[in-house]
Amino acid sequence: MPDNGNANGGRRGLVAILCEAWRAFWSPTARISLGALVIVGAAGGVMFWGAFNWAMELTNTETFCISCHEMAQNVYREYKGTIHDANKSGVRATCPDCHVPKEWTYKVVRKIEATNELYHHFVAPSIDTREKFEAKRLQLATNVWTAMKTTDSRECRNCHDFDSMDVSMQRSRARTRHLQASDEGKTCIDCHKGVAHRLPAGAFNAERELNETWGSGRGRTQ
Amino acid sequence: MTRWMLPFVAALLAAIATVALAQELKSLRGDLGVADADRAPAVSGVREAGRYDRAYRQQPPLVPHQVDKYEVDLKVNQCLRCHDWPNNVRENAPKVSETHYVDRQGKRLDQISSTRWFCTQCHVPQSDAKPLVDNAFRSALERR
Repeated sequence: MPDNGNANGGRRGLVAILCEAWRAFWSPTARISLGALVIVGAAGGVMFWGAFNWAMELTNTETFCISCHEMAQNVYREYKGTIHDANKSGVRATCPDCHVPKEWTYKVVRKIEATNELYHHFVAPSIDTREKFEAKRLQLATNVWTAMKTTDSRECRNCHDFDSMDVSMQRSRARTRHLQASDEGKTCIDCHKGVAHRLPAGAFNAERELNETWGSGRGRTQ
Repeated sequence: MTRWMLPFVAALLAAIATVALAQELKSLRGDLGVADADRAPAVSGVREAGRYDRAYRQQPPLVPHQVDKYEVDLKVNQCLRCHDWPNNVRENAPKVSETHYVDRQGKRLDQISSTRWFCTQCHVPQSDAKPLVDNAFRSALERR
């Protein structure tokens, strides 16, 4: 069959080109000095590294987050006016402060995970209307709660640290519960849900389920 | 008094009355013109307490903590996170009265009746605001 022959020939040609490129890439150069290679390589490396981190920081801003209508019209609207957005001291915690880890390794892992979000935005829009978002809210919220439980509320604790918390300045109710939580090794998200966004329907059953299956499922004792 | 004087007398009386009223009448917002902007009173913080006593038998228990950040809407009632059974056991919070689990037809329910959904219609937190008008309210216990 002529069709098959052509396709095979094309594939063989491509493989040959790739092999050639691979060999050329690894064979020593005869014209460029080692110094030039090192200098260009180092400068290129620095530039790549800078550009990489610059681009990553660019995607780590509130402006970037709300450039998608899914974020701007749902979660961002709900966040406006909450204590993390407006408060007496004017210190704000914006989207990435809570949802992207500060430490580099964890940050890169989270950025790679975010490709899933790109897929759900560009390829298979799953929350592009308010109705679809509401239908998925419990699942999405549970994902975030689970993630925060897994990391012991790492992003909360970037600012809210039990050790730096002066419980004597808190009201009696908060003081009792925070001391208790600290003793029991609880984490912020165990109680503080719906702090910056509206809660999904059925939130408290989901919370109960999550907290009660936690120790057994993950071998974590509390 | 001749007839032609009547309108002038009436106008004079009206002017005197207006001036007198303007001096005597003072609304709760103070001596301010209708169009003038009032200065908002200071917001008094919510008082925290262990538990408030009732002032009369049928009184819905008062809320001894802040509730302004709690979400109570079509989907979620954040009060129930602590006060609905069985959550109240874990949170060591007062349980919602069983009367709130009965629908209009008297049928018992396993979740709070929708007629009782909006807690703050009856249950309210207390602040340290001073009453604007004197009143003679005394609690049922004081009147016994």
